[in-house]
Order: sequence, then structure tokens, then C-alpha cells
Amino acid sequence: MPLWLEVLIKSVILLFVVVTSFAYAMLAERKILGWMQLRPGPNRVGPWGLLQPAADAAKLILKEDLMPETADPLLYKLAPFISLLTAFGVYAIIPFGASASGQTWAIGNVNAGILLILAIGSLGVYGICLGGWASGSKYPLLGSVRSTAQMISYELAMSLSFVGVLVLAGTTSLDGIVNAQARWWFVLPQFVGCIIYVITAVAETNRAPFDLVEAETELVAGFHTEYSGLRFGLFFIAEYVNMLTVSCIATLLFFGGWNAPLHLTFIPGVAWFVIKVVCFMFFYMWLRATLPRLRYDRLMAFGWKVLLPLATLNLVVTAVVVAYTG
Amino acid sequence: MIAFWVLAAILIASAVWTIAAKKPVYSVVALLLNFATLAVLYVTLSAEFLAVIQIIVYSGAILVLFVFVIALLGSGVAPFPTGPNRLPKIWLPAGIFTLAAFGFLIYAVSTVKMAAAPATGAVGNADVFGSVADFGKALFTVQLLPFEATGLVLMVAVIGVITLGGEQMSDAEAQQSRMRADRAVREAILREGKG
Repeated sequence: MPLWLEVLIKSVILLFVVVTSFAYAMLAERKILGWMQLRPGPNRVGPWGLLQPAADAAKLILKEDLMPETADPLLYKLAPFISLLTAFGVYAIIPFGASASGQTWAIGNVNAGILLILAIGSLGVYGICLGGWASGSKYPLLGSVRSTAQMISYELAMSLSFVGVLVLAGTTSLDGIVNAQARWWFVLPQFVGCIIYVITAVAETNRAPFDLVEAETELVAGFHTEYSGLRFGLFFIAEYVNMLTVSCIATLLFFGGWNAPLHLTFIPGVAWFVIKVVCFMFFYMWLRATLPRLRYDRLMAFGWKVLLPLATLNLVVTAVVVAYTG
Repeated sequence: MIAFWVLAAILIASAVWTIAAKKPVYSVVALLLNFATLAVLYVTLSAEFLAVIQIIVYSGAILVLFVFVIALLGSGVAPFPTGPNRLPKIWLPAGIFTLAAFGFLIYAVSTVKMAAAPATGAVGNADVFGSVADFGKALFTVQLLPFEATGLVLMVAVIGVITLGGEQMSDAEAQQSRMRADRAVREAILREGKG
């Protein structure tokens, strides 16, 4: 089979899987939030509301696509696509499992995999900041300026929490990192790094309690206030796909990827991977239902004065320990 | 080879767009395209690490700050008033200079003996030219002095910015200004509660 055909088939399968997971992650979030707030959640469309994503999709596609008169047409239309493209782009290099012969299940196996994830992830901010700017309206602009500051600040601590894992694994390729966790998951030696990653990941995906970017009590809906119909839908998809991405990365870097815990190898590795990712997704939904939103200056102070020094300290200690024990 | 020509065309087009665009934001978007294309070009030259760093540092950090500043400036701001068109006077010397520079470049490239292309192993192998391990080894052994010197130069810039932009405040003053800010926030919250 030629390489391009193989990549094409893998991409189509992955696209289908990711979009379906997005649809049901959205439904699951509404259901879980409902149960946590003592209400049933969506339950009208199909049994237990299982067809709700299809109804939502139909609604978004059929809605009118509005654009404010003051908007910048080109960038206004481009921004949702940048968001979506960077959100999906990461999946080109995320491995989901390994066959018995040691082949990894991924579209591309890149040597600098984890750095590439950081690189693509760092482009995601353009969708938000260009979209907010191009709307030509004040609330989106405020939201996008906030998001730019927030994402840049938290990216630093996030990258540093990655480096601790790199030092332990001695490689930047993602399957190498997972293989290095065959005995011990890195959440044990990198406990501090793991906590820092989980916190910064919430901030990077602009989820509650760090959703200052779209804080509805102050900014109407933040950067996507002016968007409607399918363009709003694209931003929405990008947010959930990003959530899925950070869950996958946390699983790969800190929770052993597709390695089975306690030698429970009769369950295949891919299943373990999915189980771990689902646990993370549930955790993020749980956070949204539990924690109130932070005040903006406290968010920035927390990122720069607590997380960044802590991540640096963690990296230095890890490096010293690895240098001495070899 | 086809990839190179396509990339080169995109690179030059986006570079021209960067300086020709009327709106500053379009310049940033064009520059973003330029950086991304450059990163792809690095990948085709099997400098994987350089490509990734190009995106993380330039596209992911520096360019975002450009957007940040432009967003604060507001939409459609022309930063400089368009003065008298001085192009007619300088196009001849500028053209001659550009041609001479290109001629020199072509001469230099044609006379220099190219080193044989380094062997590129399978993707994922360490110790391959351009890989992270290779890059790191070069950076911390052979190129250590330039690397540290660059760090020092950047440090000077950071200290300069802090000296120029930072307010001189004693500890007591800083404490006072913090308390003032806190009080303002609390009063604002109270006002909102009443209203």
C-alpha cells in the first residue's frame, strides 16, 4: 500500500473517531452537569437524549450565518478554521496503542513528537485572538486579549512540566515516552509536574474555572459573541477537541499511555488508553460543575508567581536526581 | 524538488504580502504563513528540531505578542501617516543595489562547494542529523560559547526593558498601591451588588 493511501485511510478513520467523541463528549458534559446540579439534562431527542448531538448539528448548520458590519470579513471567516485546523492537526502524531509486534497506532511517528504537539498547540491561540479582533466589537476584543495573555502565560509552565517527563524518558518521541513507563507511570516520580500540567491544560483549553475568555457574566460570550451558525459550531468543536487532546497528552505523558496497570493485560492497550482519556474528560467536566471562575488578576498572578516557579523547581530537582542516579 | 519550488513561491508571496498589506493584522497573518512555510522547508531539509522550534518560538510566542499589540491599537489603525511618495527618486539606486546583491549571492552559491547531504535515517532514530539529540549535543558542546553569549545578550535586553519600563517603587509604596487596587475592586463589587 502506498504511503499516501495509508495516511489517507488512517486520517479518515481518526477524523470519524474524533468527531464522534466530540459529539458524545458534549452530550456527556451536559448530562453530567445536569446530574451534578440535580436536573435530568437533555432527554428529549432519542432514548436518554442520545440523538441530541445530531439535533444540535442540524440546528447549527441551518442557522443563519451572521457577520457584524464592523467586522473584518477575511479574518472573521478564517479564524474558526484556524482553531479547528490546529485542534485536529495534533492528532496526526498522537499514538493510541501498540500492536504486539511493537508497531504504534498513529498516523505519523515523529522523532520530536512532544515538541510538535507543543508547536501546533501554540498556534491554537490565533483562532481565538484573530476571531475576537476581527469581530469588530468590544466584548470579543476583550475576550481575545484576555485569552492571548492567559494562553501565553500558562504555556510556559506547561512546557516546563513536559520537560521533566522528557528528562526521565530520555526521548522526545511519544511512543518512546510511553514505553519508558512500562514499569512506573510518570505520575509517581513527576507528581508535581502532573498537577501543573493538569492545571495549565485547563487554562490552555479555556475551560472553567479558567474560562475568562468567554466569561458570560462579564463578556456576554467572549471571543465568539458575534459568531453564529456553523462558524460558532467550528469554535465549539475546536474547544471540545482540544479538551480531548489535553486528556490524551496527560494519558501519554503521565499515566502510561496504553500500558495496562497491575498487569491486567487481558484488556487490550487501546481500551486502556480510552479508559484513561475518558477519566480525564470526566475530571474536566467535574471541575466545571464544582469550581467558580477565578478573577482575572488572580489567574495571571497564579500562573506567573506559583505555577512557573514550581515547574522550574520541579525541573531542576528532576534533572539533579537523574544526573546523580544515571 | 517540486516541494521546494512550491514552498519557495509561498514564502516569497507571503513575505511580499507582509510588507504590502494595508492593515497591520494582515501583515501578521502573512508573516504567520511565512513562518509556517519556513518550518515546512526546514522539515524537507531534515532539520526537524529547527522546524519545531521555529513554530514554537516565532509563531507561537513572538507573533502572538504582535497580534496582542495590534488588537490593543484597534482596527484599521495606520501607524504612520502616508508621507510624500519618495519611491520615484530611489527606485534606480535601489534596483541596482538589489541586482548587485542577487548577482553576488548567485556567484557565491555557484562557487562554494556543497558538502554532501548528511545521511538521513528513518524517522524516529536518535543521532540523525537535525534530530533533537543531535541538536542538543551540538548546542551544549561545540557551540556552547555562542549559545551562552546569545543568552547573555537576551538577558541584557530583558534587564533594559525592566529598567526603562518598570516603575521605581519602594516596598511601602508598592504595598500602598496594592491596597488601593484591592479597595477599588471591592468598591466596584459593592457598587455592582447595589445596582
